[in-house]
Amino acid sequence: MTAQWQVSVDGFGCIGSGMCAASAPDFFELDGRGRSRALHEKIDPDERVLDAAVSCPVEAISLVDLATGEEVPLD
Amino acid sequence: MPIPFPLPDPPTLYHPTPLLAELRANDPVTQVEFPDGKRAWLVTRYADVRTVMMDARFSRAAASSPDQPQMGLGALASESLIAKDPPEHTRLRRLVARAFTHRRVEELRPRVAEVVADLIAGLRKQPEPADLVENFSLPLPVQVICDLLGVPAGDRDRFHGWSDAVMGNWERDQAIMVGGFTELGRYFAELIAEKRAHPGDDLMTGLIAARDEHDKLTEEELVTLGIGLLIGGHETTANQINMFLLTLREHPDQLALLRSDPALLETGVEELMRFTQLGNSVSSMIRVTTEAVELSGVTIPAGAPVMPALGVANRDPAVFADPDRLDVTRADNPHIGFGAGAHHCLGAQLARMELQEALRGLLHGLPNLRIVADDADLVFKPTMIVRSLHTLPVAWS
Repeated sequence: MTAQWQVSVDGFGCIGSGMCAASAPDFFELDGRGRSRALHEKIDPDERVLDAAVSCPVEAISLVDLATGEEVPLD
Repeated sequence: MPIPFPLPDPPTLYHPTPLLAELRANDPVTQVEFPDGKRAWLVTRYADVRTVMMDARFSRAAASSPDQPQMGLGALASESLIAKDPPEHTRLRRLVARAFTHRRVEELRPRVAEVVADLIAGLRKQPEPADLVENFSLPLPVQVICDLLGVPAGDRDRFHGWSDAVMGNWERDQAIMVGGFTELGRYFAELIAEKRAHPGDDLMTGLIAARDEHDKLTEEELVTLGIGLLIGGHETTANQINMFLLTLREHPDQLALLRSDPALLETGVEELMRFTQLGNSVSSMIRVTTEAVELSGVTIPAGAPVMPALGVANRDPAVFADPDRLDVTRADNPHIGFGAGAHHCLGAQLARMELQEALRGLLHGLPNLRIVADDADLVFKPTMIVRSLHTLPVAWS
């Protein structure tokens, strides 16, 4: 079984573009101030989340592989 | 009764047409009718406009079919980013997204500042008045996007006319738009063949590798992506530089503030993005509903075209205090000048940085810079989606 990912959004870096919430609405939403937050802290690896993280214009989304504790590479 | 569209031209370049503000207050989700009898919904409130751009029930892919009202590039370029919905859209966008992040854009800032300095030095050698479009507003973003993509900036005379053709609005002859797009396609096919033979250190070479080595995109997507990046990378920024300067001329106090304190360039550019009416008030990025949706108490049926009016949403008093006032110090400014959601402008961070450096150069490098034409004498290219000036005469001594 593949290890889970921990999803987090840097609320200070987030500019509220809505890129992630619109492309992966099952995983991200914008709060009342228009800032993104992850809907689930731990998820099974998912291409849609990876796409959203890679596409964030301010690189505010980070994914950590919980088996290794390493960041999932986004480049 | 649906409202005839396009709406009447605004009496000034600096505010949305007054009807839009009226609609935002009293009839925020309303029907409009095009000259050919087709209808669409016009959405004017900030919250609703955001919903149209964020919510998956409003589809760009469905809006790009030939039977929908044509508001520009859409059906012309079904393989482009703006004609796709997530997750297809995200698969393609992530191939280029990393080149346009804040971090990558900051690495380009010194180079952009250098281009700005060179262009200003060149401008100063011209007799006054000189044309800002030819000497600054256009060559700056062209040079930057060409460097990034690996397109020879010297080809500007070839591709700029095609780019203008493609950036047509709803009144532009479709044959002209298709012609421009076809020429750009031919140009990029040549460029791609050349880069396959001689790879460079640029974005097009990277995309070619993504196709040839990893099969991440089709040849048509590759060509269309190149075209989209080239057009998107210069046309809007070039005209935004002009519109920013014109807008600042209308607000001498705000211009003086920006000149007195370079630290205000960041909030200043955001406020100018919010305030400036780059287009004629209504976005071309029409969406089509995939199911019935209720907005501000109005039910829009499934399969209906919907136009988000960004320019007037950015003046919504529900979100912005004193919205029709330009305030370059405005701190709380969640404007949607770059759109929102999946199609949030890919080049937003690059555009912000270019606009900051352009204003830094023009306002601080040329402290006496002024436009020497009245608004009435400004000639905009007809049937363009953005307000695109032929020339903008300036003096600086």
